[in-house]
Amino acid sequence: MPHLPIDLPFTRYLDAAGQVVRELPAWAADGQLLVRLYRQMVLTRLFDQKAVALQRTGRIGTYAPTLGQEAIGVAIGSLMQPRDVLVPYYRDTAVQLLRGVSMREIFLYWGGDERGSAYASPAAAEDFPLCVPIATQALHACGVATAFKVRGEHRVAVTTCGDGATSKGDFLEALNVAGAWQLPVLFVVNNNQWAISTPRRIQSGAPSLAQKAIGAGFAGEQVDGNDIIAVYDRLQVALERARQGKGPHLLECISYRLGDHTTADDATRYRSAEEVKQAWLAEPIRRLQRYLADQGLWDEQQEQALITECQAQLQEAVDGFEQTPAQDWSSVLEHVYAQWPAALAEQREWLAERAARAAGGEHE
Amino acid sequence: MSEVKRSLLEAVNLALHRAMAEDENVLVLGEDVGINGGVFRATAGLRDSYGFKRVIDTPLAETMIAGLAVGMAAQGLKPVMEIQFLGFIYAAMEHLVSHASRLRNRTRGRLSCPLVVRSPMGAGIRAPEHHSESTEALFAHIPGLRVVIPSSPARAYGLLLAAIDDPDPVVFLEPTRLYRMNPQPLADNGQRLPLDCCFTLREGSDLTLISWGASVVETLQAAERLAEQGVSAEVIDVATIKPLDLATLEASVRKTGHCVIVHEAPRSGGIGAEIAASLYERVLLDLQAPIQRVTAPDIPPPLYRLEPLYIPGVEDILAACDLVLHYA
Repeated sequence: MPHLPIDLPFTRYLDAAGQVVRELPAWAADGQLLVRLYRQMVLTRLFDQKAVALQRTGRIGTYAPTLGQEAIGVAIGSLMQPRDVLVPYYRDTAVQLLRGVSMREIFLYWGGDERGSAYASPAAAEDFPLCVPIATQALHACGVATAFKVRGEHRVAVTTCGDGATSKGDFLEALNVAGAWQLPVLFVVNNNQWAISTPRRIQSGAPSLAQKAIGAGFAGEQVDGNDIIAVYDRLQVALERARQGKGPHLLECISYRLGDHTTADDATRYRSAEEVKQAWLAEPIRRLQRYLADQGLWDEQQEQALITECQAQLQEAVDGFEQTPAQDWSSVLEHVYAQWPAALAEQREWLAERAARAAGGEHE
Repeated sequence: MSEVKRSLLEAVNLALHRAMAEDENVLVLGEDVGINGGVFRATAGLRDSYGFKRVIDTPLAETMIAGLAVGMAAQGLKPVMEIQFLGFIYAAMEHLVSHASRLRNRTRGRLSCPLVVRSPMGAGIRAPEHHSESTEALFAHIPGLRVVIPSSPARAYGLLLAAIDDPDPVVFLEPTRLYRMNPQPLADNGQRLPLDCCFTLREGSDLTLISWGASVVETLQAAERLAEQGVSAEVIDVATIKPLDLATLEASVRKTGHCVIVHEAPRSGGIGAEIAASLYERVLLDLQAPIQRVTAPDIPPPLYRLEPLYIPGVEDILAACDLVLHYA
């Protein structure tokens, strides 16, 4: 990479082996907080494994695994306040769980049912559903933040995306307007090195993705996205700044997509087993586990108890999902408009007939 | 209430003032809409009356304007976004098609998108390239959107107020050719006109003329000429092209047995085709002649020296009427 006179901070507290590499921030003295973060990362990973297993056995549709980015999502979800608004992309299971979106709802969404985005949790009531068209969500977050600013509310819109999304016009237009209007919005880029098969190095000529914020007139920085202490610490500062009306921020979290892009992808087609093996050495859960164990805050017995607890929770959610009947036929048009237009009444009639034929067919 | 004569442009401005005064959640955003009052002055005076927080000059990025409006609308605001010309709206399409039109459905009604997209449309004002398009059919194809095109000051006023009230996204296209043409008495009484509804502008028994937008002007002129020849033409302004009020169109064509559809947009895949197909499905045996369409050809709008060739004229409409009335 060429040398540019843009020297952005990179923050890491724990290295891949869980060793402290610089003095920890004061909040990290709260061992119970760190244990809570750890437990949530483990829960997220077990959820992910379950979702992939459900897809492999045909019980849900295509799913985007969150494997390897538990630290980023758990930090975001832990720090956002209920009144903040999450504007996520499609790899945000970790954050969603902490916003109170139920596991059953997440299974419903990926299992082909729109009710999976009708979150019952009050904290998620204003959150956007997962966004599939890349980077478009960054602009929605700016619109949400504009609403906060217009109404004089001390709330923050948090939006996430991958490294590939930073190449899109939507992302750059979002940064531009956030900087121009000093919006209370936080951009978290999960730089997991891969946009399906396209590696980070050919995604952008910029030495860092965080520096794209500088062109828009606000600060960006990098953190080790596999070190939850680093992500949490820098996120906390950025959220507080935004909440106080001090403007937007971009946090580039350097991580690695340990799984396939989605369950429909086969990453062995485009990256080496050796690279993935190396990436596993730096993954986020093991390093915090080692640190907690060194501090006497976690042991094997607690680990086993946690896994048992999570598995029970997961099984209950899977049962809840599988016992949820499909929506009624009329649900496909019920929410297209606030009220189905009288001008389209005839279409409702022939859809009812189609539904009746389909139901009849089931008995044949 | 006094009925001052107002142009379509003044009617739009009046409706915006009214909507902003009635509901503090209504915001206007777009390029040059604030201090400049819009390039056509449709938003003139709004900033002085309602302030820069509700009348927002945006950076020059149409994708951003639409994406922002989606986020604001999901927060319960009622953004009225302006795209300076329809020819520049394509950068905003993804947000209208993939988000605004679907947010309610995706979340089972948890979030919604009550935004209005205002944009000038159409040819006939000697404008530069990319300032003369009539691509309303692109939007009408999208489930979840409403597409409304006024053809008079009164309908611009009443339909824009209704569009802003509407809980779902509305694309509101304003024919530039009509902006300053033929001011008509209009009271600022806050009276809404119904969406999803055609307007019968002239009743007749021999022939149904269906149009919308700027072409309504020539269509009415054609009806006048037909009347001089003793032919009684019914003229219907479709006004909301999505969803279509087929019941009104069907009833008229059943009555007259003859139908000509006039629109300024190119022919292939235009809303004229949708209307003709729908009428054939319903009234085939009541028709005494095939439905005819009078439209622009399938070409880009020519630069303005040859623009008159593009826009359907009164004579073109009369020729189609003649064909229909003397079929067989």
